[in-house]
Amino acid sequence: MDTLDLARWQFAITTVYHFFFVPVTISLVAITAGLQTAWYRTGKEKYLRLTKFYGKLFLINIAMGVVTGLVQEFQFGMNWSDYSRFVGDVFGAPLALEGLLAFFLESTFIGLWIFGWERLPRLVHLGCIWMVVLGTQLSAYFILAANSWMQNPVGFRYNADRGRAELTDLWAVLTNKVVLVTFPHTIFAAFMVGGAFVAGVALWHLVRRPTVDKDVFRSALKIGASVVLVASVGVAISGDLQGKVMTEVQPMKMAAAEALYETEKPASFSVFTVGTLDGSKEIFSIKLPYLLSFLATGHFDGEVKGINSLQDAYEQLYGPGSYKPNIPLTYWTFRLMIGVGMASAAIALWLLWTTRRGRAPTRWLVWLAAPLPLLPLAANTFGWIFTETGRQPWLVFGLLPTASGVSPSTTSGEVITSLVGFTALYGVLAVVETKLLLRTIRGGLAGTDAPPDTAPDQPDKPLSFAY
Amino acid sequence: MELTTVWFVAIATLWTGYFVLEGFDFGVGMLYRVLGRNEPERRAAISTIGPVWDGNEVWLIMAGAATFAAFPEWYATLFSGFYLPLFAILVGLILRGVALEYRGKRDEPVWRARMDAMIVIGSVLPALLWGVAFGNIVRGVPLDADHEYVGSFGTLLNPFALLGGLTFVAVFVTHGAIFLALRTTDDLRVRANRLATRTGVVAAVLTIAFLAWAQALRGDTVSVVVTIAAVVAFAGGLVANLLRREGWAFVGTTLAIGLAVVSLFVALFPDVMPSTLDPGSTLSAVEAASSAYTLKAMTIITAIFFPLVLVYQGWTYWVFRKRVTVEPVAVS
Repeated sequence: MDTLDLARWQFAITTVYHFFFVPVTISLVAITAGLQTAWYRTGKEKYLRLTKFYGKLFLINIAMGVVTGLVQEFQFGMNWSDYSRFVGDVFGAPLALEGLLAFFLESTFIGLWIFGWERLPRLVHLGCIWMVVLGTQLSAYFILAANSWMQNPVGFRYNADRGRAELTDLWAVLTNKVVLVTFPHTIFAAFMVGGAFVAGVALWHLVRRPTVDKDVFRSALKIGASVVLVASVGVAISGDLQGKVMTEVQPMKMAAAEALYETEKPASFSVFTVGTLDGSKEIFSIKLPYLLSFLATGHFDGEVKGINSLQDAYEQLYGPGSYKPNIPLTYWTFRLMIGVGMASAAIALWLLWTTRRGRAPTRWLVWLAAPLPLLPLAANTFGWIFTETGRQPWLVFGLLPTASGVSPSTTSGEVITSLVGFTALYGVLAVVETKLLLRTIRGGLAGTDAPPDTAPDQPDKPLSFAY
Repeated sequence: MELTTVWFVAIATLWTGYFVLEGFDFGVGMLYRVLGRNEPERRAAISTIGPVWDGNEVWLIMAGAATFAAFPEWYATLFSGFYLPLFAILVGLILRGVALEYRGKRDEPVWRARMDAMIVIGSVLPALLWGVAFGNIVRGVPLDADHEYVGSFGTLLNPFALLGGLTFVAVFVTHGAIFLALRTTDDLRVRANRLATRTGVVAAVLTIAFLAWAQALRGDTVSVVVTIAAVVAFAGGLVANLLRREGWAFVGTTLAIGLAVVSLFVALFPDVMPSTLDPGSTLSAVEAASSAYTLKAMTIITAIFFPLVLVYQGWTYWVFRKRVTVEPVAVS
């Protein structure tokens, strides 16, 4: 493998791994803030206990999100220095905004929230976790604006002298039509993970320890499953809008999502296909007529451009070369994203139905406790693999091929070192984090029942430690 | 002031803030295991940075992102050229961040010992390597006409840069010890105070040697004056520490680190990455900068929001201003 392939593998591994923690962080902090608000408003102890319990799980998760995020910022420069030179003038601004407006907010107020239980008035302490929520939302928006610019570059001009893209309209970058649909899609998808996590943990407790804190976990199960259902509707609607924008700005990605080689009008959507290995010949397929036309254009008889005609058009526009992404990869990740996402929503619906009006979940349901959050998490991963590999061979669509972005002087030995190093380190940390998470989940609500002493310390009383 | 200069100052400010703030985090991380003689003392020591270390580290993220946005060429040359040191810094920061958050989550000696090892490695390694990196930035590295780094990992391990690494470690240990003396009570406080005096002497010698060498390489009148001010501040901090004036001692090391970092940036200006091969290959701030529109937009946004960041970060330090006491409390 050459430096380019190694750098791509490192980016894929570290980014997919980072994004295991991101959706959980975004949603779990908001759910925790909601629980704490419920406690503040109603004074019911169960909400306080759930706040502390899920808050602890959130903290275990976000620690991993924070440290793996550092790698993301550094590796643009380390492995993709020519990309950084080309896009820095445009892409750097939302990244800097993310740091200035989001990361400072998140990190500072999370410290205040962890250590502030006994030091801050209740309302101020509650405000702290809402500031963290705000920080995660802003962070998501700015980084998605940066990514959306790579999918659909706007608000810039190409400076031929400097050989780089230069920002001409920051507002256009921040209101790129791709980010406007990608942001809700990503946030709703994140809430499917967090809701499913809350429900899955509660389900495990209800089945395995049916007599311990039953009422509290019943509330958690219902809250979590409801969040999954509402979010799944949001994911579907925003995903549908996103499909239409994608057809407009990146038609090749839409064609690749269906492995549609020839232009069709109307176009059908295949649920499942057995084909040749490169995906160009179909052997067996289950098809839903008209559906792809509707997903791509909003009309049941709309025309969807095929890969071959787009390839011809791009050769005219950009010169000779292949403009096709890896078709089997885009085809299957697109289907798996939708399929496993829908499966988790179905499980959530089933859980709400089977526990209606005080019914206890049956024992075998415990087998759904782990798949419930893992399915939407996998859907998030598939979605990102689809959207990033579907942009290939471009790094910035229409402007910069991926092969032109890699660091010219970085050696393959260096990239192998960091690729192996990060993969090994991430592997070990995954084991440590999962074990700690499961241990904390099994520990249940023990130690969460003492209401905090909200009286601010006396002036001469020293601070007791909280770690 | 011209916008390129404004952003050079902004980047220098962010690195200065990072080293002042994370400097004592690193110091505490290197020291708590030896200064704390039992678990309650160690937990008290580590709790002094508990609420703030994550926010302090954002100064680094901000410095990186601001360099990316304002000086893309600088970001590209620096991060790809210093590949292996930055990889090692990342590994260190990952180990440390995870361990700081996970250490108190399990009440077992083996678990804590592992987390302690991660925190110590994750504090020493980045401190050392940031010193090496900054030594190399000031000294200059082999860059070709495209501003691409053409040296090897060994090129970065020159005597001047290694002295920079050792200086950073020694200064951060002292800064951390003085911070611990300021923020703890009883025996721990006394021990931290005594240790600061001993490491302070070593740090002072290293600092004078490193900064003088830096000025000899690339100094002008202003940077020499700032360097002298940094050394005086450090000496003042050590005297205050001897007199058990912990607040003043901390002001002294804070000013010393701040002025020392400023002196390096003043010496560097108007270049950002000097080349040791051909003066024509040196990357200057103007050559590395983003377009006027980008710099202007970011200047406006930063002018509005950065003061706000300073206010709430300052508020955190105010909320947690009281000393941390050593108490045998159960693990949460």
